[in-house]
Amino acid sequence: MHWSLILYCGAITFLTRFSMIFLLKKDVFNNKTKKILSYVPAAIFPAIIFPPIFLDKSGSLDLENNPKILAAIFAIIVGYLSKNIVATIFAGLITYWFLIFVI
Amino acid sequence: MNDKLKNLSRGIIDVSPLMIPVFPFGIIYGVIGMELGIGAYMTVGLSIIIFGGASQIVLLQLFSGGASSLVTLSSVAAVNSRHLLYGAVLSEYLSKLKITWKIILSYVMVDQAFAVSNTYFKKNKKNKNKHYHLLGAGFTCWTIWQISTVLGIVLGSIVPEELGLSFTISLTFLALLISDFRKFKNVVVMFISGIVATIGFNTIPFKAYIIVAALSALVIATIITQIETQKK
Repeated sequence: MHWSLILYCGAITFLTRFSMIFLLKKDVFNNKTKKILSYVPAAIFPAIIFPPIFLDKSGSLDLENNPKILAAIFAIIVGYLSKNIVATIFAGLITYWFLIFVI
Repeated sequence: MNDKLKNLSRGIIDVSPLMIPVFPFGIIYGVIGMELGIGAYMTVGLSIIIFGGASQIVLLQLFSGGASSLVTLSSVAAVNSRHLLYGAVLSEYLSKLKITWKIILSYVMVDQAFAVSNTYFKKNKKNKNKHYHLLGAGFTCWTIWQISTVLGIVLGSIVPEELGLSFTISLTFLALLISDFRKFKNVVVMFISGIVATIGFNTIPFKAYIIVAALSALVIATIITQIETQKK
C-alpha cells in the first residue's frame, strides 16, 4: 500500500465530516434525506460482511459445511436478543472456533 | 468548576460506555493490519490519518483484494457518507465557531462522539462552551482507538493465523448493525446489499462490489422511504 492512498482516504473521510459543518449554518436536510441517510450503515456494512462469509478462498459460493454461516447466524440470534455488540462478536467467534476446532 | 472543563469532562463521561465495543474493534483492526502485512507504521498511520474503523477496514480489505485506488477511494467515500448527516445535524450548534474549531471537531466526529454530543447539544442549546463536550467525547474515542490499535499490532505478531481472526471483521460489522435487526425494512436493505456484494464479488469489475452493492441498497432504501412518505 502506498502512503498517498492513505492520505487520500484520510482526506475524503475528513471532508465528509467537515463539509456540512463548514457549509451549513443550520440543518437543511429534509426528513426524507435524513431517513435515506440513516439507511447508510444497513446499505454498506452487509457488502463487507457477506462475501468473506459466503465465498471461499477461490471466490466461489460455499454453502455446505461452512462454519462461518452457522457462526454468523448464531451471532445474529445473540445480537437480536441481547442488543449487545461485544456479546454478538464473541458469540460468533466462539461458535466458529467450536465448529473448526472441536467438531 | 470552569464551564469549559465541565463540558469537556461531561463529554468524556458520556462517551465512555460506548468505548467498550470500540476497544476490541481496535484490537481486531490492529491484528488484521499486521496479518495483511502492511506493517506497524502503516497500521497506526491509518488509525491516525483516517481515524474511522469502517473506512480503515474497507481500505485494508480492498487493498488486499487488489482493488484500484479509485475504487478504494470511492468505497471509502460511500462508507463515510453517513458523516454528511452528522455534520448537517450538528451544524446549527457549531456554526458560530472559528474555522480551527470546526476542523478539530470534524476530525474527531466519529459515530460514538456524534451520538452523545448531539443528545447533549439538544439539551444545552444555550451553553456557549457546549462544543467542549464534542471535543471531550471525540478525543476519548481517538485515544481509545490509538491504544487499541497498538495493542492489536502487538497481539498480531503473537496470534496464530489458524484462529481465523479475519472472520471477526464480518462479525464486528454484523454487531454494529444489531439495532437494525428488529426493523424489517432495514433487514431488506441489508439483504439487498449483502446479496449484490456476494454475487458481484467476482462479476463486478475493478472490485467495485462494495460501492455497487451499497448504491443498489440505497436505491431500495429510497424507494421504501418514497412509498412511506406517499402513504402519509
